[in-house]
Amino acid sequence: MENPPVTDFATDWDHTDPAWVHDPYPIWDDLRQRCPVAHTDRYGGAWFPATHAGVSAVAQDTEHFTSRTVVLGNGRPLEDAPPAPIGVAPPITSDPPFHTIARRLILPAFAPGPVRALEPRVRELCRRLLDDLGDATEFDAATQYAQFIPPGVIVRMLGFPEADEDMFRDFIHVVLEGVNHPVEERIEEFAPIEAYITAQIEDHRAHPRDDLTSYLLGVEVGGQPLAPEHVFGTIILVLIAGIDTTWSAIGSALWHLASHPDDLARLREDPDLMPIAIEEFLRFYAPVTMARLVKRDVEFLGCPMREDDWVLLGFPAANRDPAVFPDADRFVIDRLENRHLAFGLGIHRCAGSNLARMEMRVALEEFLARYPHVELTDPEAVTWSQGQVRGPRRLPVRVASA
Amino acid sequence: MKVTIDAARCQGHGRCFNLAPDVFGFDELGNGVVLVASPPDDRAERLARLAQVNCPEHAIDIEE
Ligand code: HEM
Repeated sequence: MENPPVTDFATDWDHTDPAWVHDPYPIWDDLRQRCPVAHTDRYGGAWFPATHAGVSAVAQDTEHFTSRTVVLGNGRPLEDAPPAPIGVAPPITSDPPFHTIARRLILPAFAPGPVRALEPRVRELCRRLLDDLGDATEFDAATQYAQFIPPGVIVRMLGFPEADEDMFRDFIHVVLEGVNHPVEERIEEFAPIEAYITAQIEDHRAHPRDDLTSYLLGVEVGGQPLAPEHVFGTIILVLIAGIDTTWSAIGSALWHLASHPDDLARLREDPDLMPIAIEEFLRFYAPVTMARLVKRDVEFLGCPMREDDWVLLGFPAANRDPAVFPDADRFVIDRLENRHLAFGLGIHRCAGSNLARMEMRVALEEFLARYPHVELTDPEAVTWSQGQVRGPRRLPVRVASA
Repeated sequence: MKVTIDAARCQGHGRCFNLAPDVFGFDELGNGVVLVASPPDDRAERLARLAQVNCPEHAIDIEE
């Protein structure tokens, strides 16, 4: 279903509009100068702060904004639809004080130590994917490489059968790209996924092992195990938050290197630059945009926000704000001062950021080790996703070994 | 130089301990902690300052 075309993004914006999907940056530049908070009556009323300061103010304010739902759509979830205050997918859909508990529970699993321990398996996975490409000199770096890495990693973390990786990818599409499908259809689409995860949880309950699923089943809060819907919700969250996002980040970085030979050469010659370059990939191609709902009528950033209005947190737009980043619209591979918001800000800071960075680094290192030369076969054939996660979905490249 | 982290602000972005691992470490949640409050040499001081200007939460304080 397509929405009517947008005539003015300041007063009628729509993040699913083809112009926004294709190249949002000039739109945001324009909004930053004119508004800087855009409004639309679409989706029942929604705001879009385009500056670093505006995005930060909303992200840091859990008194006026709720995370009850973070994916902007046409409906509003009922107050009591998800089991409040847990929310559908804790901690991302939880507000304080419950959020604090739900987040503390999962943070140790994503801390630097456990992430480091996972690195050899990620490297092995990347090498196997490259091996599978055989002698091909032309392939799709999004659908034949980047796309497989995050599901492989999450499946290993959760302790689900590795053979099921592909299924997860399809399932993410159901969740993220089916937002415009009618509710009955969505429930139907969800049923097999729900059954699968429930079966995995039962299997782990019967046979505990050393993985995230068993950890969630074993952990106690105030002497009580987690509610079944909490365990289920957190697993769903890790699947959703960990896959499309990271796939997009890896894909965008490969897109950049395939279309900017100078940066590719620079990285090839100076591999130590990688961590700094990764922060610039994250700033410049920040894949994730998140939503909030206004809790009650409030004047905020000079705007009359009403209860249940949406606010879309454009972390990617904040990352292009010239008030914070000199030469904001230029990709500077060795940018040292880079206070970007790709992983959000405040209490919901991406719990998987250590993991995501590691996946990006290993995926790029292994790709460049195998193919020091990469270029786009057909820039016009590249397509970008629509919605709140942005990344290349078709990325045909031509490669050459050393 | 004296380096401190405001634990109430830190959200565990991890920029400090990645940029300046000799000065910053992390706790079991992945939040930043100061390992060496007075960095011993110019290089460590420079990296501590770099960590400060990259902290998204403005949680690092440096007294010169
Ligand atoms: C480059 C890849 C990624 C990006 C850009 C990204 C971005 C984000 C952002 C912006 C948020 C904040 C949401 C909000 O404020 O509402 C977030 C939250 C979250 N992310 Fe990520 N993410 C990535 C990868 C991952 C991975 C790999 C995982 C785990 C497997 C993950 C798990 C989470 C979780 C659990 C939250 C919720 C934290 C909370 O509410 O306290 N993310 N992510």
